[in-house]
Amino acid sequence: MTATEENPIAPRDGQDGPGAQGPAEPAAGPKRARLISGPGILLVWLYGVMVVGAVSRSAVQISTQFDKAPLAYSLSAVAGLVYGFITYSLVRGGETARRAALVCCAAELAGVLVVGTWTLAEPSAFPDATVWSDYGMGYLFIPVLLPLSAMYWLRKARTTAA
Amino acid sequence: MFDALTAATAVAALALAAWCGWAAHRDQPTKDWHFIGMAVVSLLALVQLVIGVVQLARGEKPEQGTTIFVAYLIGAFACIPAAGFMSLAERTRWGSVTVAAGGIVLAVLEVRLYDIWGG
Repeated sequence: MTATEENPIAPRDGQDGPGAQGPAEPAAGPKRARLISGPGILLVWLYGVMVVGAVSRSAVQISTQFDKAPLAYSLSAVAGLVYGFITYSLVRGGETARRAALVCCAAELAGVLVVGTWTLAEPSAFPDATVWSDYGMGYLFIPVLLPLSAMYWLRKARTTAA
Repeated sequence: MFDALTAATAVAALALAAWCGWAAHRDQPTKDWHFIGMAVVSLLALVQLVIGVVQLARGEKPEQGTTIFVAYLIGAFACIPAAGFMSLAERTRWGSVTVAAGGIVLAVLEVRLYDIWGG
């Protein structure tokens, strides 16, 4: 099945001849590399949970009591958007999505560390907690552990694909 | 009544987590028996959802607000089925790990529900 599908593509490489000497990209075939096989499915699940948690939490807080702690609630909403984008990238798969997810995980990790430190250093700026307060302690430290494991997984996904 | 149900669902969720964690430890995907277990836990969560809504309809007020209470009830109900479908898509030990994680998430949701309802 796959062999017959790939046959029409194969001769093209031969006709191109010298042009085929450019940067090799074996992973960029017609099929996107799956990012949700094996441990990836666990990452998708945990990110999905965080999306629901962060988005619904900030939606309720922003719509009912935004004036109480605008900074904290906005940060929760941003966290939810970042989680949503990473989840979508993981499910979509492929090299571009993998890189985008990697960048977002780094941003997420930076966000957790910055906001976590900020909440400890200047509690007065946060009358109410965010998803990332105290390095995500209210969420079993998942917000700080998740980007680390996701970045490990995404880096490994490239080495296996190449 | 509601608190007893919350406790029962939390314990069942943790048991499911341990069971699927054991399957993952033995390098096995989720099997039919696991899905029956998930169905039982989901049923508990559904009963909890119904009873919670009935109590709201009778005029009882959750301590931390109706919106959050209903959101958590729905989240608790959706939690295990979502993890179950993902383990259907991933027929390896990682599917079992996902359901185990789902059980832990549900247990946490039940603890929060207990607080929100106001013990």
